[in-house]
Amino acid sequence: MRDEKMVTMANQIAIFFKSQPGDDRAERVAAHINDFWEPRMRQQLARYVDAGGAGLEPLLLEAFAGIRVPTEQAD
Amino acid sequence: MKPLPFDDRDMGTPARQGEPVRLTIDGFEVNVPEGTSIMRAAAEIGLQVPKLCATDSLEAFGSCRLCVVEIEGRRGTPASCSTPVAEGMVVHTQSSRVKKIRKGVMELYISDHPLDCLTCAANGDCELQDMAGMVGLRGVRYEPGRNHFEQRSAVGPNPEYKPADTSNPYFTYDPEKCIVCSRCVRACEEVQGTFALTIEGRGFESRVSAGGADDDFLTSDCVSCGACVQACPTATLQEKSVHELGTPDRSVVTTCAYCGVGCSFKAELNGDDLVRMTPYKHGKANRGHSCVKGRFAYGYASHQDRILKPMIRECIEDPWREVSWDEALGFAANRLRGLQEEHGRRSIGVITSSRCTNEETYLVQKLARGVFLNNNTDTCARVCHSPTGYGLGQTFGTSAGTQDFDSVEHTDVAIIIGANPTDGHPVFASRLKKRLRQGAKLIVIDPRRIDLVKSPHVEAAHHLPLRPGTNVAVVSAMAHVIVSEGLMDEAFIRERCDWDAFQDYVDFIKDPRHSPEAKELLTGVPAQELREAARLFATGGNGAIYYGLGVTEHSQGSTTVIGIANLAMLTGNIGRKGVGVNPLRGQNNVQGSCDMGSFPHELPGYRHVKNEDVRSIFEDTWGVTIDPEPGLRIPNMLDAAVDGTFKGLYCQGEDILQSDPDTKHVAAGLAAMECVIVHDLFLNETSNYAHVFLPGSTFLEKDGTFTNAERRINRVRKVMAPRNGYADWEITQMLANAMGGDWSYSHPSEIMDEIAATTPSFAGVSYDMLDREGSVQWPCNESVPAGTPLMHVDGFVRGKGRFILTEYVATDEKTGPRFPLLLTTGRILSQYNVGAQTRRTANTIWHEEDVLEIHPHDAEVRGVKDGDYVKLASRSGETALRATITDKVSPGVVYTTFHHPDTQANVITTDFSDWATNCPEYKVTAVQVSLSNGPTAWQEDYAAQSERARRIVPAAE
Repeated sequence: MRDEKMVTMANQIAIFFKSQPGDDRAERVAAHINDFWEPRMRQQLARYVDAGGAGLEPLLLEAFAGIRVPTEQAD
Repeated sequence: MKPLPFDDRDMGTPARQGEPVRLTIDGFEVNVPEGTSIMRAAAEIGLQVPKLCATDSLEAFGSCRLCVVEIEGRRGTPASCSTPVAEGMVVHTQSSRVKKIRKGVMELYISDHPLDCLTCAANGDCELQDMAGMVGLRGVRYEPGRNHFEQRSAVGPNPEYKPADTSNPYFTYDPEKCIVCSRCVRACEEVQGTFALTIEGRGFESRVSAGGADDDFLTSDCVSCGACVQACPTATLQEKSVHELGTPDRSVVTTCAYCGVGCSFKAELNGDDLVRMTPYKHGKANRGHSCVKGRFAYGYASHQDRILKPMIRECIEDPWREVSWDEALGFAANRLRGLQEEHGRRSIGVITSSRCTNEETYLVQKLARGVFLNNNTDTCARVCHSPTGYGLGQTFGTSAGTQDFDSVEHTDVAIIIGANPTDGHPVFASRLKKRLRQGAKLIVIDPRRIDLVKSPHVEAAHHLPLRPGTNVAVVSAMAHVIVSEGLMDEAFIRERCDWDAFQDYVDFIKDPRHSPEAKELLTGVPAQELREAARLFATGGNGAIYYGLGVTEHSQGSTTVIGIANLAMLTGNIGRKGVGVNPLRGQNNVQGSCDMGSFPHELPGYRHVKNEDVRSIFEDTWGVTIDPEPGLRIPNMLDAAVDGTFKGLYCQGEDILQSDPDTKHVAAGLAAMECVIVHDLFLNETSNYAHVFLPGSTFLEKDGTFTNAERRINRVRKVMAPRNGYADWEITQMLANAMGGDWSYSHPSEIMDEIAATTPSFAGVSYDMLDREGSVQWPCNESVPAGTPLMHVDGFVRGKGRFILTEYVATDEKTGPRFPLLLTTGRILSQYNVGAQTRRTANTIWHEEDVLEIHPHDAEVRGVKDGDYVKLASRSGETALRATITDKVSPGVVYTTFHHPDTQANVITTDFSDWATNCPEYKVTAVQVSLSNGPTAWQEDYAAQSERARRIVPAAE
C-alpha cells in the first residue's frame, strides 16, 4: 500500500481515540491496530516509523511501542 | 416431497389477538380471540364458509355476500367475514336460507363471466370456480345481455369488452375475468401501501384501474410487488408464467436470495419446472408479502448467460478453455499451493459471499483458516455493514440488529437514516408504511428526498436533508438536544448503562459545538427542524432507528453507528417491542456471512482469532493450527496484491471489480495476482481478471440457510438439481480436498451441525429444528432454545451499555474548484447490487441504465438538460451516463446507482474508508459534471477489454 494511504488510515484511528476520555488512548490505538491490521500492514507501519514517521499523529507514535510487529515472514 | 411445515389455508380474515371467546358453529364449539370474524372462527375448526371478496391478508370488506350465515337470535343473514364473534353465539353456515342466497349470488357473478374454464390460466386454481362448485351452481337462468366478456355481440363489437393489459412483464390484467371483489385494490393499499389501483365507475361500470385514465399497469405507480396478483381470486391478475407453463402441482418453502429482509417464498413447480414464486404467508420476515425482485425476478437462474462448465486459462489475455471439474480444480489447487510455496502462507486468500448460504460461507472461511492456514478471508460485508459490527459490538456487545421485523408494528416514532427502504428493502418498507398509516411518526435523515418522505398516505414529520458526510454531526446534534433539554431516559441509563461512561458522554455532548445551530452551516440541516426531530424521537413513545449503507459507507461509518446506539440508549429505546437499532442489511446473507466468521479477525460467532480458547475449539474440530494473526481485509488484499505479496484469490459469489470502490485500483490488484478463481453464476466483471472459473448454483438448486437482517435463520431448500452439476458447498469442498483438506460433508445439515457444535450462539440450531419451527433468530442455545426475537431485553450482551464519544471529523474527500459537487450512490427497486441477476430478467424494463440525478440549479449552470449524456469525473476516474433532472437531490449533490457495468459508477469512487473497519466511503465523492457526447475513453477501453476477456473455446468433444 502507498505510504500516504497507510498514514491516512493510521491517523484516522489515532484521531478517533484522541477524542476519547481516559488516559489509555495510546493503548487503545495500539490494540485496535493489533486487532485489525494484518502483520504486513504493521510491518509497513514499523518501517515507516523507523524512517521518521513523517505526518503520523503524535498519538499514533506514542502508541507505536504497543503495536506488535511480527519479525519473521510467515512461511 | 415434504408437505409444507404449516397449514397454508386461506382463513378468510386476518388473525386477531385478544381474550378468548367461545361460540358454536354448525354444532361445533370453538374458542377464538376477541375480534375474530365468524368466517375465521369457522376456518379454525376446518369449516369453510364460501367467500370471494375475503382473504386473510386483507381486512374484511363484506361486498360479495357469498359468506352470509345465520346467527340464532339475530335477524337477517350477516356476512361472516365482517361480523365478529360474540360469547355464546350459535352460528349456522349451511342453513337452507343461506345456501339459497349463495346460489343466487353465484348465479349473478357467473352471468357476467366467460365460461372458458378449461382453457383459462387459473383452471384448477380459481376461487370463483371453487365457489361455484361449493355452492352447487348448476345453471344460469339469466338471458344473455350486457356483459364484459364477449368481444362481439350480434350487432358488432361489445363496447364493454376491454382487452387484457399485458404491459407488465410478469403478469396480465384481464378485465373480462374480473368480478370486482376489490381484493387487488385493497392489497395494493393495505399490504403494499402504494395505492396504485382503484375501482373506477359504479355498479355495472365498475372496473379495476391502474393509475389515471391514460395509464396501463406499467405506466402507473404500480411497483409490481405482486400483492394484487396474490390476492386475485380469478385469472384477472395472473402471472404470465402460469399462462405459459400451466398451474403448478407442488411447492417448496424457501428463502429469497435478494435483499436482507429474507422473505419466505413458496417455489411452485411442475417437476423441476419452476412455474412461479409466491410469498409464503407464514414467513416471519415478510408475512405473505413480496417485492418485484423476489416474486418475479428469478429468470436469471435459467438465463442463457449462465456458465455451466468449469473453465481455466494460463493468463488473462487468453480465451477461456472449458475443462472437466477435475482439471479445473487440479489447476486451481496446484497454482494456489505453488504460490504459497513461493510467496508464503499468507500470499493467498478468499472472499466469501453474502449471497451464498451460511454453510457455504462457513466452508469458504474454513478453507482459508483450515487449508490455506491463514486468516485472509473477507466478505462483501466489508464494503457495507462492517461498521455495524464494530459500532454495535463496542456499545451493546453484539454485532446485530436488536429487533425482529414484527417489532415495527409497535413503533411510534421511526428514524430512517441512510436507507431507502421502498427501493432497497421494499417488504420492510410496506410493513413500516402500514404502521405509519396507523399514526406512527417518521423522521427521515437522508441527503435525498426518498419516497418515504412523501408518498400516498405517508408523510415524514421531519426530513433532515443533510450534506453527505455529516452523519456524525447530525446524530450528535440530536443527542445534544436530548441531553441539553433533559429529555433522556435517566432511569434506563442508570439501570442499564455504564454510568461513568455516560458522565463522560454528557460532558462531551453538552458542549455547544454539538448544537444544531453550531452545525447548521456544516450539515445544511435547519437547526429548528433538527431540534423538533430530536424532541419527537425522545418523547414520542417507542422509538426505533432503521439505518442502511448511507450510515456505514463513510470515513466515520463506525462513529455514526456508535452515535445511533448512543441515541437509542439515551432515550431508553432498547430491549422491548417497537424500539431498537436495526441495520437494514443489503444482501440476503450479509448477517450470516458475518456470523460465520468471514471477517479476517474473527472466527464464527464474532470471536477474535487472537483468543487461544476460541482457536482451540476449531483446531480440535479441524485438526489444524490456526494462525493467531488477523488476515487481510478486501482493500488490504488489493493493496498487498499491488505490492506483490498477495498472489491468489478464491472469490465466491461476489463481483469486486464492479461493486468495490475505485475500480482502477481493484483492477490493478486483480491484474497483479497469479491465480484468481471466480466462483459465480455468470462471467462477471471480476472474471475478466480470473484464471479459473467455477460455475455456481442458484438458491433454487441447493440446500442451506440464510440469516436475514433480524438474525433470522431461514431454510433455503433445493427445488431442482444444480444445472452446473454441483451445489456451491460441494465445489468448495472439492477445492479444499484438491488441496489436501480431507473434508467429507455429504449434506449441508452436517455443516450446520458443525457450526452449532463450535459456535455458542448457534448451539441449538439444526435442520430438524428449522423444519419444525420454520425459522429461528440467534442466539439459539440451551438458555434460549426458541431463539431471540428481541436482544438486550434484561441487560446488554456486554453487561452495561457503553456510551462512546462521537467527535465529528470531516472526511478528507472535499469539494473544491475542480470537483464542486458531492456524489452519493444507492440502488433502485427493480435492480439488485451489481445487477448480475436482475439485469438478466425483465426487470430491465424499469431501469435499463444507471442515470445521474442532478438538481435543476446545478444542471442549469452546466447547460445540462434532462436525458443529456454527461461526463461524471472525480480524482479517481471518469465515466459518462445520462442525466435526469430532479429536486429529489439538494443543490450540490448528485446521485446514481451502480447496477450496470457499462456505467461503472465505482470508477468514480475513491479509496477513502471507515477509520475502524476500512469500509469504503462510497457515499461521498467530490465530482464534476459536464456535458458529454457519449461514453468516455475509459468506458470504451473497458468494454473492449471485457469482451476480449470473455472469449470461450469450447471443450473438444
